[in-house]
Amino acid sequence: MSDVTIPQPTRPWQRKRREQVRSGATFVAMAILAFAVVLFTGFAGFDGWAIVLFIISAIVLFIKGRKLSKKERKNALIQLLIASAATLAFLPWLSIFASVAMKGLAGFRINFITSDMRTTVPDDEMNMGGALHAIVGSFMMVIIASIITLPLGILSGVYLTEIKGRFTFLVRFVIQSMSGVPSIVAGLFVFTTYVSATHGPTAFGGALALGILMLPTVARTSEEVLKLVPEELRSAGYALGARQWRTTLMVVLPTVRSGLTTVAVLGVARVIGETAPLLLTAGSSTALRFNPVNGPIASLPIYVFGLLQIGTEYAVNRAWTGALVLMIFVFGLFITARKIGGKDKR
Amino acid sequence: MKVSLGTQRIESERTVMSNTSAVLDTPEQGFAGLETRGVHAWFGNHHALSDVSLQFPARTVTGLIGPSGCGKSTFLRLLNRMHEFIPSAAMAGEVLLHGQDIYGEDVDAAAIRLKVGMVFQKPNPFPAMTIRENVVSGLKLAHIKIENEDDLVENCLSRAGLWKEVKDRLGASGGSLSGGQQQRLCIARSLAVEPEVLLMDEPCSALDPGSTLRIEETIKELAEKITVVIVTHNMQQASRVSDYCAFFLSDGGPGVLVEADQTRKMFTNPNDNRTADYVQGKFG
Amino acid sequence: MHVVHSRGDKVFRGIVTAGAMTSLIILGLIGAFLFGRGAQVFSQYGLKFITGTNWSASTEPGIPNEFGMGPMLVGTVIVSVIALTFTVPMSIAGALYIEFYAQPRVKKLLTALLDLAAAIPSLIFGLWGIQVFTNIGQRWASLLGNRLGFIPIFNTISDNYGRSPFVAGCVLASLVVPITTSVAREVYSRTPRELIDTCYALGGTKWGAIKTVVLPFGKSGVVGGAMLGLGRALGETVAVYLVLNLNFRYTFKILESEGGNVASLIATRFGEASTEELSALIAAGFVLFLMTLGVNMIASAIVTKTTRS
Repeated sequence: MSDVTIPQPTRPWQRKRREQVRSGATFVAMAILAFAVVLFTGFAGFDGWAIVLFIISAIVLFIKGRKLSKKERKNALIQLLIASAATLAFLPWLSIFASVAMKGLAGFRINFITSDMRTTVPDDEMNMGGALHAIVGSFMMVIIASIITLPLGILSGVYLTEIKGRFTFLVRFVIQSMSGVPSIVAGLFVFTTYVSATHGPTAFGGALALGILMLPTVARTSEEVLKLVPEELRSAGYALGARQWRTTLMVVLPTVRSGLTTVAVLGVARVIGETAPLLLTAGSSTALRFNPVNGPIASLPIYVFGLLQIGTEYAVNRAWTGALVLMIFVFGLFITARKIGGKDKR
Repeated sequence: MKVSLGTQRIESERTVMSNTSAVLDTPEQGFAGLETRGVHAWFGNHHALSDVSLQFPARTVTGLIGPSGCGKSTFLRLLNRMHEFIPSAAMAGEVLLHGQDIYGEDVDAAAIRLKVGMVFQKPNPFPAMTIRENVVSGLKLAHIKIENEDDLVENCLSRAGLWKEVKDRLGASGGSLSGGQQQRLCIARSLAVEPEVLLMDEPCSALDPGSTLRIEETIKELAEKITVVIVTHNMQQASRVSDYCAFFLSDGGPGVLVEADQTRKMFTNPNDNRTADYVQGKFG
Repeated sequence: MHVVHSRGDKVFRGIVTAGAMTSLIILGLIGAFLFGRGAQVFSQYGLKFITGTNWSASTEPGIPNEFGMGPMLVGTVIVSVIALTFTVPMSIAGALYIEFYAQPRVKKLLTALLDLAAAIPSLIFGLWGIQVFTNIGQRWASLLGNRLGFIPIFNTISDNYGRSPFVAGCVLASLVVPITTSVAREVYSRTPRELIDTCYALGGTKWGAIKTVVLPFGKSGVVGGAMLGLGRALGETVAVYLVLNLNFRYTFKILESEGGNVASLIATRFGEASTEELSALIAAGFVLFLMTLGVNMIASAIVTKTTRS
């Protein structure tokens, strides 16, 4: 009956600190070796270095794996392969995050969001001109599109889940099909109908094109959000003597308030970056405008697109900064949607 | 009776669990080579299992019994190094296979699992494979070359008591069998890699009584060649199937080993009151 | 349940139904319009509209128009196939890495970043494509052209690879990868834990478990995700437009700096198009719509099948 103290919990299966340091050092050594190889041979650029590093890692693994069993060696090599391919998969958008942040911030001046390009040429220095007209234009079109699309989309969602009338199958089928419309085709449709009729690109035309893209998404996601409401909730409403309209308005919809807000925010996030449809319907402009039905209008995507086509150094600088502003809006909306959407789940 | 718990002195009116080191004496059969010494288990900060020392005799069936939640399954998973797959898991103590600690520094965990196999509670044959492919799947995973596949498949399925029923449809999908048949297929699959010990975590709890009895017969036959350790909630099953029993109990704290002895003794004249209460059905 | 409708209910149902009907009519009219114009053009030009090799609008009143979208259709498919060839292995590897190899904190970070990446507008991929990626893409293309130039599709006349379908396909792949990787990761995360545990219990390695259980389990889900990615690639306009050197001829030489797809055809020609050419463009858009629609339907059929099982 000796007094034995409780031993410390251990994790003998984990790699020890010493081994972790050793493999970290090995990796750094391989990276430097790869760099040296690149300097002395013809492999060029970041991708050349990465390929050499991969080959060196594979060789090192082969050497270290001589004493392991066949299945362990295969396991280690495949791990290297998967990690490398995964890095390849993540690199483009990581590179985009980094480039847009760095190059966009480098060209950012306060006048970027306070002035337009009415008196400036893209080749002017960065402290002249700005993208205010593009920002305002995008906002205008998105707001108009939302005013039209959000009520229609949400009502469609309510129809599909609460009323389930005779046209349910047709409505769902059409919504499902039209959510696959390529964005340029939506723009083309508005171009051949509305824009031709009113003789020219307008903000309203752009808003219509964006709306065509928004509507199926909003309707489908609204339906999904409403489907999550448990049937017992509705039964409770009816049991209390409420009519259907009261039940829906006062019981069902408030439950999914955050969900529907998410739907709206995500719908906007989706179309704010669309370029192709605006190319055909809203045109572009260098001046700050507020008139939605008369004359073409600038938008952030078209602003960036036009600058890229010019292609000179300063134009491209402005394009990066414009891209940064656009990304900030898209991510801001996205993250807001996430924050709101999380509230429903509690 | 004031007994030190191996961790601290606990003085209370209730009879305290004894720190038993159970050596199950079997002069005839000899020692199996699987034993645990002072084994503890944690999940994060939660101390789940405390100070279990147990030796498993060769070619016997040992039943781990006790109410639910007292660490029997956790203990089982320590024996084949499956416990460590849970992210917050930690352990202490030694688990010795033929005198070597399986948690030692250069030990290959996968090699241990070839020697100590496991059958789970819910039958889970690989759904995308045929019956034949299921049986040899362990060998494929271990990159072990198969000399004569047909003989091996017949051998394993026979030992699992399934050969007669499926010998004409080895190409059928693994999921097309009944629950009891699926569990026997899982047993055959585990046998294919020729383990020395087979761990079974409540293998019959999801099955009907008929399949349960068939599997219990299979277990008794298996014990002629290998050692079986079976966790079971069902005391009648323990008394039918096992040669030795180890009784685990938890008083809200970590699970401990109360008593371990030959099954007959455990059920008729156990040393500890708590064991007596449990086997008589007074709790659990 | 037969609910007795009060007046309030009737008004409510009226408004909701009106909203749904408006959506139905608007979207339905668009679809009908596209179909109508498409049918009109097809009846006029016949199958040559798809197989014809030339797209030229006549400037003289006496010379007829010739609208064949063949090259652009082929171009769309080529660029999308190149994109998908790179996308599928990378997405599978990315999804496997996140689910099974990454540390818990890294996994959470990557999953969140992946969702953000799927929201990046395609314009920005085009911007990145021509400003950052072209040099790298050009290097790989020249490597392919020099080493494997004997294979017809890698054969090139000129030495300029920077604005070729190959590079455009790579940029498109980068665009599609976040979407397909998210879907694949979601599918792999639903692999039943007991099957994976069984692989380990039998003495297998992590790759053994992945090969035996995870990959077969996730096969159809990943195919569905790839279809979704394909649909995205087929309809993509700006990224391809910015990267490719547009030329409306048949070309199978993917390293040559020329090419196009249907979307960029529409984007280039709509400005000066006559009424007839506009109809032809709409018909081309309709064909593109049918392609993306078909692919999306296959994708959702596969996805519903996997979620049900």
